[in-house]
Amino acid sequence: MLGKLTWAAIPFDQPIPLIAAALVGVVIIGVLAWVSLKGWIPYLWREWITSVDHKRIGIMYILLAMVMLLRGFTDAIMMRSQQALSLQSQGYLPPEHYDQIFSAHGTLMIFFVAMPFVIGLMNFVMPLQLGIRDVAFPTLNSVSLWLTATGALLVNISLVVGEFARTGWLPFPPLSEMTYSPGVGVDYYLWAIQISGVGTLLTGINFVTTVLKIHAPGMTYMRMPMFCWTTLASSLLIVAAFPILTATLAMLLLDRYLGFHFFTNEAGGNVMMFMNLIWAWGHPEVYILILPAFGIFSEVISTFSRKPLFNYRTMVIATMAICILSFTVWLHHFFTMGAGADVNAIFGIASMIIAVPTGVKVFNWLFTMYGGRVVYSSPMLWSLGFMVTFVIGGMTGVLLAMPPADFVLHNSLFLVAHFHNVIIGGVLFGAFAGYTYWFPKAFGFRLHEGLGKASFWCWVVGFYAAFMPLYVLGLMGMTRRMQHYDVPAWRPWLLIAAGGAAIILVGIILQIAQLVVSIRRRDALRDETGDPWNGRSLEWATSSPPPAFNFAVLPHVEGEEAYWGIKQRARQQAKLADEPNYAAIEMPRNSPTGFICAFFATFMGFALIWHIWWMVALAALGAYATFVVFAWRDRVEYLIPADVVARIDRANRSARGEVLARMQASP
Amino acid sequence: MSAFQAAAGRGDANRLGLDPGWRDRQPLAEHAARGPVSKRIIVGYGFWIFLLSDIIMFSAFFATYAVLVGQTAGGPSGRELFDLRNTGLQTACLLLSSFACGLASVGAQAHRASWFYGAMAATFVLGAAFIGLEAREFAGLVARGAGPTRSAFLSAFFTLVGCHGLHVTAGLLWLLTMMAQVFAKGYRADILRRMLCFSLFWHALDIIWVAVFTMVYLMGVAT
Repeated sequence: MLGKLTWAAIPFDQPIPLIAAALVGVVIIGVLAWVSLKGWIPYLWREWITSVDHKRIGIMYILLAMVMLLRGFTDAIMMRSQQALSLQSQGYLPPEHYDQIFSAHGTLMIFFVAMPFVIGLMNFVMPLQLGIRDVAFPTLNSVSLWLTATGALLVNISLVVGEFARTGWLPFPPLSEMTYSPGVGVDYYLWAIQISGVGTLLTGINFVTTVLKIHAPGMTYMRMPMFCWTTLASSLLIVAAFPILTATLAMLLLDRYLGFHFFTNEAGGNVMMFMNLIWAWGHPEVYILILPAFGIFSEVISTFSRKPLFNYRTMVIATMAICILSFTVWLHHFFTMGAGADVNAIFGIASMIIAVPTGVKVFNWLFTMYGGRVVYSSPMLWSLGFMVTFVIGGMTGVLLAMPPADFVLHNSLFLVAHFHNVIIGGVLFGAFAGYTYWFPKAFGFRLHEGLGKASFWCWVVGFYAAFMPLYVLGLMGMTRRMQHYDVPAWRPWLLIAAGGAAIILVGIILQIAQLVVSIRRRDALRDETGDPWNGRSLEWATSSPPPAFNFAVLPHVEGEEAYWGIKQRARQQAKLADEPNYAAIEMPRNSPTGFICAFFATFMGFALIWHIWWMVALAALGAYATFVVFAWRDRVEYLIPADVVARIDRANRSARGEVLARMQASP
Repeated sequence: MSAFQAAAGRGDANRLGLDPGWRDRQPLAEHAARGPVSKRIIVGYGFWIFLLSDIIMFSAFFATYAVLVGQTAGGPSGRELFDLRNTGLQTACLLLSSFACGLASVGAQAHRASWFYGAMAATFVLGAAFIGLEAREFAGLVARGAGPTRSAFLSAFFTLVGCHGLHVTAGLLWLLTMMAQVFAKGYRADILRRMLCFSLFWHALDIIWVAVFTMVYLMGVAT
């Protein structure tokens, strides 16, 4: 009846996951009880869960990322403390548990923290910057969000029901084959990633179509803000790389479920084919994450240096060059495969070449700041921290790109230090910069600056304390994923690293405090005009938070830095642009399709993991029925009347008019 | 003022990185003059992007097949297993179904019921015949002890060809849903857009089949 699922699947003998799960359960039930007692469930359903508004979907993506960051960081603290304790002893985490923790940490941080964070920011910002009302396929956008949430849910269910993979964040065969991993852990991993991968692919298709096809009048490609270009590049990479991931994981699933021989040791299977396929996705994936972060830094640095982005056109070229080159370097993840000197040399050189466009970008950011009136706000601090940290990470990356060096450093903590160096220093700092920068646009009030800066310093100091020792340990020969070790000389460095993780923890606590304090003091931090930073692109041309339709009339773009131009004209003429003729606006209607679809996908994934075949069939039928019901809708859009549009826009115009008048009075 | 200073912002900070005449020389891109593009173009474009991603997924399966084609583990190779008569028949069915699908699109555009339903029904029958022939081939192979678990080559063969077959099956379900929808709702603009996507999908399956036919069957028998 329930396939492989029995009471034995609940780990009653392991206190740590059970207590953790109980805590999470209490929090979830508490939140649900609070929300229903307050009577907010209809509001949440109407305004958020069924919403197809790109801004709301973006905010929900970021919320998911932040919650998962807490889970992933808990895993990190456990690993650091285990290694601090386990010199010539077993520490407090048994090997089978420790292996699940490092696997879950990597899986969560890449797929359910970094990905939703950057996708959330792209979702929120890109249509606003293009001066349009929504993405190309709004309901599909909601499906993407909820399928991603399904994947995250499945990974977290594995904490209580069954186990998670012990095979690392990428399930390398033959270890991940049925012979060596007979449990459900790898299946949890595979179905979680397959389901959320579909969501990500749909996002990629949606964003490519939006950036290439839907613009405000006059918004030509070479006038798009840098963040839109990086969104385009990242989305193109999603469209080109995620199908490879889907195919590869499908092959592993066929091996595990039906006894196929793609990656097995017998019957002609080829393990190294998995490495090639997974990294043909995996290397573009890191650029899927970092390119949007590059876009965020471009916006932030230009705004807070009070200057246009230096050499916009080379920035565009560098972005698209990285987009293409990212597909030519995958073999550097396994130089030790034994492909031979010539092959390794080609991929080594390709890996070094990719540092060139990245270097172009760094110099462009530096020259943007040069001669500018730099404002050291917290988004700018994250950007400066990024530039220093990322350059160090890039240089260790170029070191690793040399095959002879890589043979020594492969799978050592040097590698672990390198990719944390670029992912924390690049992607995460970028995500935090974007979060602070666009928070007032999303909610209408700024985040508390002092706490933001304090958190930044904890993160930077904590990062260096936690990861620079790992470079040293890697050079001393410590390999990754060790549950215990026998070398006393490693101990001091691991203690420093654990201390670094503790400092980062303080940074995270400060971030939570920042959010709470900012919400409580929101009236003092209010952004009245919609342009709190003296911004340059179109998202600042509308109110904060923007109305559902974003722009009362689509802005006419007459050059680069569309909003800067509008602002300059208003200042010169000492008045706002003339009031436009308001017309009714058609917007897409909300739809529960995404949520219901993900509901069935969750059951389907769970049933597939536990071999409950009747439930698989039922869930598939349910998902199909959902699509049919969606396809049968007659009313797809609703109309916002012209007088409502006018009322909303006039309120924002009067706020902007007041500021303009004040500026004229005191120049 | 040196060129470097000018470029680095010692001059007018807000013109940094742009030579003064550049903006005027920039030709107005074609789409700048027009308003937003039509929904039909957006939907068709998005679906093309989806098809490209699907083709990339197939290319991963093709690459895998190319790597594993020689790994027969002492079992039968393609030369011993493939029956070009059956495959030829399959190809004929699928290509004709694509032609029928093209007729159905024209019928839908012309709002001609008998034309649309007739051509869609023909598409369905031919597509189902393709799937039937493929199922017969697969069942025959399994019965001969040449199932997907026999060798890495056969794993790759069944996955590549089966993935295409799965796409055709999904297409058949879509086709029936499409017919039901036209029956229930008529030739509405949004339904015609879906018909456009369906026909793109169906023709794309043809393209992939041409590659399967060539790389798997013809090359398999030749070597």
